[in-house]
Amino acid sequence: MKTLIYLDNAATTRVDPLVVKAMLPYFTKKYGNASEYHRLGMEAKMAVADSRKKVAEVLGAKTAEIVFTSSATESINLSHKGLIENLQNEFKKGERPHVITTKIEHKAVLETLRHMERKGEAQVTYLDVNKRGLIDLVTFKKAIKAQTVLVTIIYVNNEIGTIQPIKNIGKYLKEINKKRKRPIYFHTDATQAINYLDCRVNNLNVDLLSLTGHKINAPKGIGALYVREGVKIIRQMDGGGQEKGLRSGTENVPYIVGIGKALQLTEEDKIKKAKKVALLRDRLIKGVLQIPGVSLTGDKLVRSPHIASFLVDGVEGEAMILALSELGIIASTGSACSAADLAPSHVLTALGIPPEKSHGSLRFSLGKETTPGEIDLVIKVLPGIIKNLRVMAPKF
Amino acid sequence: MDNPFEIIYSKKVMNHFLHPKNVGVIKNPDGEATVGNPVCGDVMKFYIKVEKKGKEEYLKDIKFQTLGCGAAIATSSIMTVLVKGKPLKDAVKIGKKAIIEALGGLPPAKVHCSVLADTALKKAIIDYRKKKAV
Repeated sequence: MKTLIYLDNAATTRVDPLVVKAMLPYFTKKYGNASEYHRLGMEAKMAVADSRKKVAEVLGAKTAEIVFTSSATESINLSHKGLIENLQNEFKKGERPHVITTKIEHKAVLETLRHMERKGEAQVTYLDVNKRGLIDLVTFKKAIKAQTVLVTIIYVNNEIGTIQPIKNIGKYLKEINKKRKRPIYFHTDATQAINYLDCRVNNLNVDLLSLTGHKINAPKGIGALYVREGVKIIRQMDGGGQEKGLRSGTENVPYIVGIGKALQLTEEDKIKKAKKVALLRDRLIKGVLQIPGVSLTGDKLVRSPHIASFLVDGVEGEAMILALSELGIIASTGSACSAADLAPSHVLTALGIPPEKSHGSLRFSLGKETTPGEIDLVIKVLPGIIKNLRVMAPKF
Repeated sequence: MDNPFEIIYSKKVMNHFLHPKNVGVIKNPDGEATVGNPVCGDVMKFYIKVEKKGKEEYLKDIKFQTLGCGAAIATSSIMTVLVKGKPLKDAVKIGKKAIIEALGGLPPAKVHCSVLADTALKKAIIDYRKKKAV
């Protein structure tokens, strides 16, 4: 099998050779511990500082506001648990900090919040979304209470690509915070957004922002958290006090170098790249929707350039993924059959899609390297795959 | 936790998924049964033809239709291969364990919901006996 058409970039991306090149010296030559005051240590410390500067530049933030972590999941855990822990003593007994989020967050957010709910540390409102995956701003505003301390909303949903109105929410919260006794902090999970959308923290008016390297052509195992100056969070990892005491553990120098380089690369022709990818996405959507019994999930217009997601009637998603994979086409599904917990995707369920429909979900996520030829090949072979599987299925 | 066979399909599973045996419908079957439901994700329909040789009843023909994941299709296919031409009394003895063994293993998560083939066959045989009794 020679062809490899990788359309699972929302799951992870290929590491950019330029990123690898930037990282390599830090494994075998410049391998010092960034906390040591010798030559090798200083070299490592400089590399970490340089990467932090790059991340800060991309986000329009100050270097002191960037914390390196192992993943977006860790960033989210640190942000939410750290923020709530710091605010606990501001609340009287029987009163709990309130958090507003959506039903279509990544599990890193949902499970972190459920954990705090179970421990009695927070109360959480999970906002509904409409059929296209958008939250309703009126409902959102109504959900705010005196005890609300955190709003956490996913910027781009990883399954359906819908973009939430982060800028509007940020602006609104900034406005009402002026009159509130207790400020509301605003976090966004920008994991899927960082490659193509504006993630400058002052444009978004976010106080906290999580991101990960492996969705932007850096390796897996490195992430970052932006924490606005003045926002207090309590460390969740105790130890040697690295990352200004917020995230102990010896700095992962080569990976930190990698995420800095990768973020810097996302900035080059960002708008042009986003347009190119969006055009290919639209070409794919148009082609796939020609197949009978196929519909689009998410919003037609308010969607990230890289995600094309569908429901295919009368076919199970995993079977489509396997058949595509045999032809060298790599895609993904939210079908229960492919989930660790064998439950249908919580995102598709939140859109009001019944399980018998969400079993047939199919997601293609494009990357910077996707070509028109690859898209056309998918459009060419997918109808046959779907037809074969439908023929095999019983009529009921 | 890191046993790759807990998450990946064996060559035999892939082979039966990509080139399933005995897919289709038998017109005027002696017995048929549908198991599973679309809400759970997997639906299997089995059709059988039974032939009597002396006192023994044999599965002369068997066909299936399946809506489901790779494991559901592969287990349906291997089941038909395992039982085709066998006496009914032997065919009903083939359970989940034999199906999984014949496929060279299955990820544990796939066993519970997708290995419906043994139930489908047993129900098709029950249907045959009911029809015969009428």
